[in-house]
Amino acid sequence: MSPRPGPGAGRGHSIRTYHEVADPGAEGVVAQIRDQARRLSDRLSRVGAVVAVASGKGGVGKSAVTANLAAVLASRGRAVGAADVDLHGPSLARMLGAPRAPLSVEEDGVQPARGTQDIRIMSMDLLLTSADAPVRWRGPDEGAFAWQGTLEAGAVREFLADTAWGDLDILLLDLPPGTDRLARILEILPRLDALLLVTTPSEAARAAVARSARLAREAEIRVTGLVANMTAWRCPGCGRETPLYEADGAGRLASDSGLARWAEIPFDPRLAAATDGGRPFAIVEPNSPASREFRGLADRLEAEIGAHA
Amino acid sequence: MKFLCVTCDAVMEYAERQLPGDGTMAVVYGCPTCAREIALLTNPMETRLVSGLGIQVGGRSVPDQPMELIRSALATGGDAFADRAPESVVPSAGSVSWSEDARLRLQSVPTFVRGMVKKIYGEYAAERGISEITPEIMDRARVDLGLEGM
Repeated sequence: MSPRPGPGAGRGHSIRTYHEVADPGAEGVVAQIRDQARRLSDRLSRVGAVVAVASGKGGVGKSAVTANLAAVLASRGRAVGAADVDLHGPSLARMLGAPRAPLSVEEDGVQPARGTQDIRIMSMDLLLTSADAPVRWRGPDEGAFAWQGTLEAGAVREFLADTAWGDLDILLLDLPPGTDRLARILEILPRLDALLLVTTPSEAARAAVARSARLAREAEIRVTGLVANMTAWRCPGCGRETPLYEADGAGRLASDSGLARWAEIPFDPRLAAATDGGRPFAIVEPNSPASREFRGLADRLEAEIGAHA
Repeated sequence: MKFLCVTCDAVMEYAERQLPGDGTMAVVYGCPTCAREIALLTNPMETRLVSGLGIQVGGRSVPDQPMELIRSALATGGDAFADRAPESVVPSAGSVSWSEDARLRLQSVPTFVRGMVKKIYGEYAAERGISEITPEIMDRARVDLGLEGM
């Protein structure tokens, strides 16, 4: 096997490598990328805590948890923002009762929509032609796999950096399912103050969320809590609770990952109906067991953030 | 990305960018020592990949507009943004008029992004002392400002 030719080999040229050329290049690409990062960092400097709500598994109720948590925090007088980072499955705007109306573009950025409890919201749902319109990007079909991922990462960055959030106590990010999405947002964000991992008791959810928990550990996110959703069904007549799943995936996940369960939210069909209707359940049914769990979740989150501030 | 003139061992300098409107892009670089010029040609996929980064080859000649990438790239966007009237944002742009042909062409821009595009063209014309925006001025602005896809 012949040795691999070095730089400049082949036609006798001795070509300097990229790093040997001190000139930053005419493109200014590095400067533009740095400028993007600076804009995001500047924007988030006015946010007390950036909190991501993730899972790794779809259908576990991330958005409902995000919406109800946001509503509880806002009802306590906190300035709350909610960014729906799930570009292809946006639901947060509807859950928080944000009207579909044109967003005002100011010098400082795009004004977020205002939902229930005056929560500031940015979601792809607000930008599409209609509620059932899919997200489609302009560009060639050929090689779409190559450019769409880059473009969507840029779109998420713009959501966070170009929305005129103003001064916020907490900005909640509702992430799409998939462990890779958590990794991407960690690359974009200059900082993440807390992560909530939402799971159900099912074994399938446990396995998926376990990957996100490991990623969070490797990324050294200091504040990470587990939210077990749809843990049981409570009979409205006798009050008896019946587990919805045979498995206790959330319990196993907690013991395996060392993460504490910050909330165990029982299934309540009224929760889905209220939240889908733009009326967060934790506000309209404050005495329900699920609402008590949301308040407990908010207590724990605020305490943990305060302790690590 | 850097381009090196192998003969002179000099970093080539950005000269100009052309956007013919078919999704492709041509970028010209010249050697400051021997004046040799080369053109980088990208296909639509490569052009989109670069613009998807939110950067402009050759550097930015106009500041970023809020959510510029989303507004220019989202094909299924509605009338989601209410731009302030461009005249109120850039005082000198208020004196710039639009020819009928330019107005018609602007109407073909999706409403989703039209306000932003109008503002950019207005600023471009005002900064150069151009009193009327015509389709030719729009073509020139697209090239000068690197308005891929606008």
